[in-house]
Amino acid sequence: MMLDWVSGVLLLVGSFLLLTGALGFLRFADFYARIHACGVTETLATSCILLGLLIQSDSAVPQFKLLLILLFVLLSSPTSSHALAKAAWNAGVRPRDNRGKQPLPLPPGEH
Amino acid sequence: MELAVNIVLLSLLVTTAAALVLVRGLLASIMLTSIYGLLSASFFVIMDAVDVAFTEAAVGAGVSPLLLLLSVAVIGRHEARNAGARPLFAVLLVGITGALLIVGTLDMPAFGRADAPAHLHVAPRYLLLSGEETGIPNVVTSVLASYRAYDTLGEVIVIFTAGVAVILILASGTHRGSARPHSAPVDTKDPHTILQVVSKTMIPFMLLFAFYVQFHGDYGPGGGFQAGVIFASGIILYGLLYGLPAICRVIRPPVVELCSALGVLVYGVTGILSMLQGRPFLDYSVLADDPIRAQQIGIMVIELGVGITVASVLIVIYYAFANQFETNGN
Repeated sequence: MMLDWVSGVLLLVGSFLLLTGALGFLRFADFYARIHACGVTETLATSCILLGLLIQSDSAVPQFKLLLILLFVLLSSPTSSHALAKAAWNAGVRPRDNRGKQPLPLPPGEH
Repeated sequence: MELAVNIVLLSLLVTTAAALVLVRGLLASIMLTSIYGLLSASFFVIMDAVDVAFTEAAVGAGVSPLLLLLSVAVIGRHEARNAGARPLFAVLLVGITGALLIVGTLDMPAFGRADAPAHLHVAPRYLLLSGEETGIPNVVTSVLASYRAYDTLGEVIVIFTAGVAVILILASGTHRGSARPHSAPVDTKDPHTILQVVSKTMIPFMLLFAFYVQFHGDYGPGGGFQAGVIFASGIILYGLLYGLPAICRVIRPPVVELCSALGVLVYGVTGILSMLQGRPFLDYSVLADDPIRAQQIGIMVIELGVGITVASVLIVIYYAFANQFETNGN
């Protein structure tokens, strides 16, 4: 009973985070803000959902598989965000202000 | 619930297809192709065709967009606009063909109907008897590798021919084969350190998973085609992050080219072995005294042949494309 609640809360939190990530992806102004919105929430949201499902499942084999998927997501999701951000930086995309119009000042040494 | 998932997936597929038609930049169309592949793979999972979904996820969403990206990196990312020309004839032709296809579907039995011809012809026999006749729980594998082994041989030869064709088109006179990279050191100015470290921990597990899919194909979803594409994806990922010269030192192009033919050879020789004993081509019963054991041996051997050919042809095609990119793109 208690575990059902925990799993339900985890699933809800995960869904909510995914929703905020999607919203941020649509609404934020520049590329880096968008990738921040979906990259960060995606890892946490997927972990929450997978943990919730892990608690729901009652036999060992699916639990083990979910654990493996969780491990894979924890490794691959931040890496793919990093790859996207780095590719964008190398392609010359620079951070812009909240309206997505003016380029922001960069730290010294960067251009 | 399943209906809702179906509707969402199918409308996403239609939206992606429409976007593919409308979008102009080649890079965007490639990304949309990849999304289309991923959506199709999810749809195949819903339809319980997990074996196909495996292949579609690896090839449709992974390898083929990658090959397209490599080509676009060489030819440029903008589509040439033909100024002012209205392709009326082409639009007419496409419209008529599409209309004919839709008319054709009107004759098809309703989705999932029990008395559809596909469910009445040989399918009941496969579903009822394949377990007894081959001793293999996964019907897809026993149909593909035993009942329909001729068709599968044809598919393997098609894949092999694709690899040969790519080498014939892309290999120039100076480098005979898929890739003969210059031994110049990889550009270390901007190494993908994080990607390299993460992928280094993942690639062994990807290759291990490919072997699992290969040899577990008798009992669960999987088999030679799926294992081949997963194995090749792991190798190609390594090649992407460490450069063509590095991957060519690990897996030498002449060896892969040889292996792509070797798989077809293994498949064909299995068939000829039964002919030598006076049985029909690809009749596995000569391989062992016990008929079920013979089926299992035969299926395992030809799945191995399929896996070897699929993996090596994909690697050969990647080598050929990447070689073009390294010599012409930079």
